[in-house]
Amino acid sequence: MSEHNELAHHIVGPGVYVVILFALLVGTGLTVWASFVDLGLWNPVIALAIATTKAMLVVLYFMHVRYSSKLTMLTIGAGIFMFLVLISLTLADYISRAWGNW
Amino acid sequence: MPDNSAIAHGSPENSGDAHDEHPSYLRHHFNSVEQQADAAGFAMWLFLVTEVMFFGGLFTAYLIYRNWYYAAFVAGSHQLNVKWGTLNTLVLIVSSFTMAMGVWCSQTRRRSGLVLCLTLTFLLGLGFLGIKTIEYREKIEKHHVPGFHYSLQSFMDPQSEPEVYSEYHDKPLPLDMAVHTELYFSLYFLMTGMHALHMIIGLGILAFMILRARTGAYTSGHTTFVLNFGLYWHFIDIVWIYLFALLYLISRHA
Repeated sequence: MSEHNELAHHIVGPGVYVVILFALLVGTGLTVWASFVDLGLWNPVIALAIATTKAMLVVLYFMHVRYSSKLTMLTIGAGIFMFLVLISLTLADYISRAWGNW
Repeated sequence: MPDNSAIAHGSPENSGDAHDEHPSYLRHHFNSVEQQADAAGFAMWLFLVTEVMFFGGLFTAYLIYRNWYYAAFVAGSHQLNVKWGTLNTLVLIVSSFTMAMGVWCSQTRRRSGLVLCLTLTFLLGLGFLGIKTIEYREKIEKHHVPGFHYSLQSFMDPQSEPEVYSEYHDKPLPLDMAVHTELYFSLYFLMTGMHALHMIIGLGILAFMILRARTGAYTSGHTTFVLNFGLYWHFIDIVWIYLFALLYLISRHA
């Protein structure tokens, strides 16, 4: 567990936080700008892709997950995977419910 | 009673007064400060996973209803003000940054820095709720609150609102579609309301932390509380990042 203890002591400094803050502000500007351009079907795709990128920056750096233990990473990964399973099954149900009846 | 304390602490070396040998904030059922911090962090993440499921359910409902009543959800979304939404996103992102800096101050034992960061986070959170209040008031004035004298005028006669019409040129919705805008606003108030409730709870904890931080409670080695509150605050930020995209942005050109 010595590797573990070393990780627990990792302190993320202001430099990293400033860079991430800047990236998040740019991401926000980008997603608002993209919403003013008519990209048809791609508008929601791009908005969600930028949102997911921003969320990942927050999770990895502001929430220190990049520097945290494998247990923490596994917990988050399992949580997100479970959420994706639930949303996929729900959507599969709603998409297939009226199959052939339209 | 040296024998009893040795049993209680499960370690023969600690047979004297154990409190001389570990920091006062280390609970006796943990072997080390690291183990205690890991356990608390793990528990915090488990809690956040339940929160992902909670908000995820709302997001899923929004996704399905948006597909069913697409025109109504697009028209409803056009009632939101992207400028307020963008400003609130920026406010919340900066508050996440000040919170992260607070964690750093706590870890590097900077008491006044920590108090400053927590205070800034508190004020930015308050600012977010203030802007949200302006937006809510507009919805109330336009009778867009579901169940309270809900009005379909904006959707059946879009030209009655020149400031919205000039931007989107929405066609009037037929009555059977216009009624479903109420569902859009139900989900809008449910999702932003639950988000705001999380913010209000966060502000309460922040106020408590500011008072304690002034006495040096989090800058003498015991950073767990600040660290885990930071996780909670950043999680709220992430929920808003998705809410902003889903409620304000994706329907602008639909």
